[in-house]
Amino acid sequence: MAKSSKLIYVVLILLSIAFLFPIFLVLLNSFKSTLYISTEPFSLLNESNFVELKNYVVGAQKTGIYSAFGYSVFITVFSVAGILLLCSMAAWYITRVKSKFTNFLYYLFIISMVVPFQMVMFTMSKTADALKLTSPVGILVLYWGFGAGLSIFMYSGFVKSVPISLEDAALIDGCNPVTMFFRVVFPVLKPINITIAILNGMWIWNDFLLPYIILGSEYRTLPIAIQYLTGGYGSVDYGHLMAMIIIALIPIVIFYFTCQKYIIEGITSGAVKG
Amino acid sequence: MQKTYKKYFAVFVLPILTVYFIAFLFPLISGVYLSFTKFKTVSDAEFVGLSNYAFVFSDVRGFLSALKFTAKFTAVSMVTTNLFAFILALLLTKGVRGTNTFRTIFFMPNLIGGIVLGYIWQIVINGVLIKTVGVDITYSAKYGFWGMVILYNWQMIGYLMIIYIAGLQAIPSELMEAAEVDGANKWQVLKNIKLPLVMPAITICLFLTLSGGFKMFDQNFALTNGAPRNQTTMLALDIYNTYYKRIGFAGVGQAKAVVFTLMVVAITFLQVKLTRSKEVD
Repeated sequence: MAKSSKLIYVVLILLSIAFLFPIFLVLLNSFKSTLYISTEPFSLLNESNFVELKNYVVGAQKTGIYSAFGYSVFITVFSVAGILLLCSMAAWYITRVKSKFTNFLYYLFIISMVVPFQMVMFTMSKTADALKLTSPVGILVLYWGFGAGLSIFMYSGFVKSVPISLEDAALIDGCNPVTMFFRVVFPVLKPINITIAILNGMWIWNDFLLPYIILGSEYRTLPIAIQYLTGGYGSVDYGHLMAMIIIALIPIVIFYFTCQKYIIEGITSGAVKG
Repeated sequence: MQKTYKKYFAVFVLPILTVYFIAFLFPLISGVYLSFTKFKTVSDAEFVGLSNYAFVFSDVRGFLSALKFTAKFTAVSMVTTNLFAFILALLLTKGVRGTNTFRTIFFMPNLIGGIVLGYIWQIVINGVLIKTVGVDITYSAKYGFWGMVILYNWQMIGYLMIIYIAGLQAIPSELMEAAEVDGANKWQVLKNIKLPLVMPAITICLFLTLSGGFKMFDQNFALTNGAPRNQTTMLALDIYNTYYKRIGFAGVGQAKAVVFTLMVVAITFLQVKLTRSKEVD
């Protein structure tokens, strides 16, 4: 028994190394000059290929990675905040007021879970143009709308398990439904709020195509800044690309290690939605 | 209480309903309509019946080639990702030390966005190819195909593994003990206890990889962008190219999107049906 578990241990360590190798390789090459990345990507740093932090400095300048970081943070935070607020309210209402109309609304919202982005990509970008939503503030409206399906679906499932007696008591005490919702219902939703925030936050942070179509290269988010390095004509500067990938990975890694438990639970609970 | 609530519809539901209409419902409806038209600027849309759809199904080098590539890619990835994830889950439920650290490492790639994933693997795969055969990933569709499969495995294995671990840990320990008392060997335990009992998890994971692979865009866009000569273009990328790379083809792109959507919807319904029927057993 001990022997077999030692073998498993060794296998797992080798697999972990294999899993981490791509990231290690990017990190290693982010310190090399581009010339050496294509000819000797696997060699360690030495006097001829090492360029210190040059890729980071020049790459950041070329892509505007720090303002891209700012746009990504802004869009992700306010999209998620809006989704949490608007969807929890709507899901609560749809679940509590039982009628044919609210039932219809529920299905109307969850349709968007099934429809792939390509179906609405073109017409949505035209609509966004017409309504002048092509800015970091305007795009929030689109994310709130796109996030609605999954979020209302998950909130509705949760609200069903919340006891109604507390809500009734608050109303009898003279609260109106809006203050009652924020004092009584919203605090009870905390666990599902976390799950929905993580699911939407990871999606929006990493989302490429929607901001690429809507914002273009005027307001680059992180994925667009990375893509921008390779999108132009002429040869791709791999040194800059590697350095910018590392910068883009740092916030994700920090976030992962600080709230790993919530992230793994949150993301995988999205899978069991069907 | 319901009566009091009804007056508050405008506060609770109307805001999200309005943005949902702008972002999704209106684009969906007008998208379906435009798939039957030919247009350059949307306002000059002209009804052309089913001719866009006829084009889609005769688009051998575009849509049909992308469909074939996507189907092949998804089929191969479904098998490999789930197989590796299940094996990892078996290894990580044996109580070896460091289990949590291993879980953390294997799950991590799942948090990385598709564009970054694509470029990470471009450097790894090109590095290996240039060292061994002297060409890069754009040289042959074969390289692009396996590149995509490797990338998708790296991204999904940790995720699926977590679901399988949860499934394996939910197996009642009495069952395992009873099997041990009966003298069952490891293979019999796997085949007669573990596999049947994690079947619901397997269904979930198969469909996750199926719909994820089928709808893939970012990774494809970053890793190969269709090279060589659109041979590694997947469905989502082909639709994107039809909208934005060919002038006057937006109606055709929209028809492709409708066909694509119907396929995705069919997959989802099949999934719901299969999971429901499993629950009854």
